[in-house]
Amino acid sequence: MRPVSRYGGTGRLPVIITIIVSLMLQVVPFPDWAEAFRPDWVALTLIYWAMMMPRTWSIGSAWIVGILLDVAQGTILGQHALALCFIVFATVRFHLLMRVFPMQQLTATIFALLALYQFLLFWVNGVAGIDVDAIHYWAPVITGTVLWPVITILLSSVRMRAQLRG
Amino acid sequence: MVAPRANNTNPARIPALGIRVLVLLAASILLMVLDHRQNYLDTVRTTLGAVVYPIQVVVDAPFRLWDWVRQGTTDRNALELELSRLKAEKLLSSARLQRLPALEAENARLRGLLEARSQVRDEIRVAEIMAVDANPYRHNSVMGVGARDKVYDGQAIIDAAGVVGQVIETSLTTSQAILISDPSHALPVEVNRNGLRTIANGTGELDRLDLPFLPNNADIREGDLLVTSGLGGAFPSGYPVAVVTSVNRIPQAPFADVSATPSASLDQVREIMLIWSSDETSE
Repeated sequence: MRPVSRYGGTGRLPVIITIIVSLMLQVVPFPDWAEAFRPDWVALTLIYWAMMMPRTWSIGSAWIVGILLDVAQGTILGQHALALCFIVFATVRFHLLMRVFPMQQLTATIFALLALYQFLLFWVNGVAGIDVDAIHYWAPVITGTVLWPVITILLSSVRMRAQLRG
Repeated sequence: MVAPRANNTNPARIPALGIRVLVLLAASILLMVLDHRQNYLDTVRTTLGAVVYPIQVVVDAPFRLWDWVRQGTTDRNALELELSRLKAEKLLSSARLQRLPALEAENARLRGLLEARSQVRDEIRVAEIMAVDANPYRHNSVMGVGARDKVYDGQAIIDAAGVVGQVIETSLTTSQAILISDPSHALPVEVNRNGLRTIANGTGELDRLDLPFLPNNADIREGDLLVTSGLGGAFPSGYPVAVVTSVNRIPQAPFADVSATPSASLDQVREIMLIWSSDETSE
């Protein structure tokens, strides 16, 4: 790893903090009616960092964060790890394209990635015999896509401030 | 920017991405199989639970603080009102409790006559639900007690009014509870009035349980209280579960359509009680 940030080494700390914050947002209590609309904060955060710094934040980190998310939420161990790993893989694979995409096209890509993420989670639920309403599938995909620009702005400012590259 | 860029923008240089992703995906699938089919991974969960515990505490903290502030600023009138209500309630409870020792003695004597194992009193402890949302696909809650407090998987959870659920996972300092309203939860119950035994299934709605296995001629009516039957081993017997709200006898179907409303207020529980049952092996 190249020492490109003033945090010495690879400057992982700011990114780790954003990931922890996203984990917190994932478990903050929502009222029951809004529960289904909770965006996939962790997925969005990991997509951003995988797109911008694919050498440091790639599938390995996604897998570990996924396992932690599984433990925090009490889902089947490996469920979120699998889904996050897969979408981060897709992001790393196409990160150069995604960086130069115009906004509409990027938003469409994010929509597709989140849909894929939810599809994987639902697929595991289906195999495990857990019955879930369709709203839990679509609502987070839509709220996540809508929130993507906001998340990009926030995380970009973190990235600029810490002068992270890579 | 020049040197890192050359290094950076060549996707082929990210080492063995394809192989690594395959390994990790395989590892996830293996974990899921182990976790779902068997319970091999309880210790792993317990250990990792300690890692996510700080996150849960931080998320819970503002809600706890808010509770604390609200308690500190409640006005005198409200406090007095609550105090008198509680006093009245306590009077009523202690009046009922006066009969308990006599009843327990009688119960033990009768059981002795029947040569059944005597039922010892359950130990109960109060715990708090953390303000942390758990599994979005299930009716779950996270509690602020764990293996450290001798909480165990399958332990029964009640509130002041009735059965809330049971523990499904424990880590060192927290544990996950499944509520009786979860669609995958089934609870052996009996009708308090006549001892008719059946199963109460969760429906996914917080205010409704299903009793799918009652024949059309079963002796059950609206308003019947359902209590835990103690069969199945997880729950000690005799705790209130739900009140029957509708009985629909369908002549052409094998079973009647019966639903009930849980006695516990599942959507607003914050303080719950854990039961250490001393006769859990009595079957």
